[in-house]
Amino acid sequence: MIVATLKEIDEIRKMIDRYDSVLVVGCDSCVAECAAGGARETMLLASALKLSYLKDHMNPTITEAVIDRQCVDDFIDQIADQVPEHDAILSLGCGAGVQALARVYSDKAIIPALNTLFIGETQSRGVWQENCLGCGSCKLGYFGAVCPVARCSKKLMNGPCGGSKGGRCEVNPEIPCGWDLIIRRLNALGELDRLTEYVPPVDWSTSHSGGPRKVVREDQQP
Amino acid sequence: MKTESNLEKVLASGRFAVTAECGPPKGSDTAILMEKAKSLLGHIDAVNVTDNQTAIVRMSSIAACSILKNMGHEPILQMVTRDRNRIALQSDIFGAYALGISNVLCLTGDHQSFGNQKQAVGVFDLDSIQLLKTVKDMRDEEKIIGGESIQGAPKMFIGAAANPFADPVDWRVIRLAKKVNAGADFIQTQCIFNMDQFKKFMNQAVDMGLTEKTYILAGITPFKSVGMAKYMSDKVAGMDIPDELIRRMAGVPKEKQADEGIKIAVEFIQQFREIKGIAGIHVMAIEWEHKVPEILELAGLTSERQN
Ligand code: SF4
Ligand code: SF4
Repeated sequence: MIVATLKEIDEIRKMIDRYDSVLVVGCDSCVAECAAGGARETMLLASALKLSYLKDHMNPTITEAVIDRQCVDDFIDQIADQVPEHDAILSLGCGAGVQALARVYSDKAIIPALNTLFIGETQSRGVWQENCLGCGSCKLGYFGAVCPVARCSKKLMNGPCGGSKGGRCEVNPEIPCGWDLIIRRLNALGELDRLTEYVPPVDWSTSHSGGPRKVVREDQQP
Repeated sequence: MKTESNLEKVLASGRFAVTAECGPPKGSDTAILMEKAKSLLGHIDAVNVTDNQTAIVRMSSIAACSILKNMGHEPILQMVTRDRNRIALQSDIFGAYALGISNVLCLTGDHQSFGNQKQAVGVFDLDSIQLLKTVKDMRDEEKIIGGESIQGAPKMFIGAAANPFADPVDWRVIRLAKKVNAGADFIQTQCIFNMDQFKKFMNQAVDMGLTEKTYILAGITPFKSVGMAKYMSDKVAGMDIPDELIRRMAGVPKEKQADEGIKIAVEFIQQFREIKGIAGIHVMAIEWEHKVPEILELAGLTSERQN
């Protein structure tokens, strides 16, 4: 899923203070799972904004809505009736949701309420871990299903750097060393031999380095 | 001989080699650099010039190497993959060799979060082993990454670093083997403080035949004070400093601690000379370069070199 966190109210206010009416739109998919932009968080953010405006003796119209997926037109269309009545949309979707809304409602200002962080998993309750950078050529099969691109702070391909200590990354003891995890996994699987071969430079052209990517599949088109 | 490197000549002759580190200044003041380098001149076989070490912006390592070369030093260009992609790295190798720099040490580099530009993008297009292999292919195959041929191969003597103490410890010698197989002509180790662990590492390296294929220079850093020892132990990535050494430093009065630090360094150097497979030492006397001649003299390593 895409993992995101809510921005500070002050930053959101700076972006939306100029509008008289704002439609606050949540997304019930990834950002609901990471408790940043689902139905509950949308309600809480709308209330917090109303309170904050009240304190400043301002009274903009703030309306709430939640759609299932902000990144798919069929769902985006569900708020079509409410959009014209507002000056702007404050989106609790990820960066993709915000931009999809902007494409569909091309004459409307769309403001992000979240900071979109990464592709990750819910590791335990209240803990989300980044584990994929969408490099476009998945190498997990060679590395015991632990990603050296996303989980090593230096994207190393040929083994841990000299800073790995007690399973922790040199960058920060809060970060598990991705290479420590790779070696442990492959050791447990009896497949450490996968790591002795030299891994040549990565072809980053399949990643974002090759420019913004797009998947087009004719078999899926109407 | 693969290159015209003087360091290669010294190592091939079987003489115990001495290299030392010289960090360029945070600015364009060449006087500071030359002052540091002057104290090392004539005492060592080659000088490592660090590349924005610990991710702190400093004078470019190529520029500093060139200045030191003109002073009569044999520079070793340190190159990290943190700040430059493969286009810039390969281009800099061409340029460095064109300036007469014939040794390179291929590193990944400390993460940018350690330095004074924490907001920077970390490039890490290549890792240190890929850089090493790239320089080797430029030299031996006369090809850049992707296989295009080049005009004028950089005949560089190629080095890599090894940290015998990072985790997982069992993995360290495998990583060394990977570097040697990728073409490391010489290895400079992380500062050695844990002698027992280092001896184990060297035994493994000898058993695997790695010391037949590469020259290993043992890293040494003299403590200036017990404070420095503690700081390095707590704050510097990849250090393994036994408590016993810290206690030894703490056991002498403050004004005697620098001498004690030098004494420890000299003892370590003498022990290195007894370890099978050690071809020399690499002295990293951080902001203490002028003490290197004294350390070498005490270790009995002066008369042998004239650089
Ligand atoms: S190898 Fe690439 S696609 Fe696979 S998990 Fe890592 S970043 Fe994602
Ligand atoms: S400590 Fe581990 S995760 Fe961190 S940069 Fe080094 S190898 Fe990568």
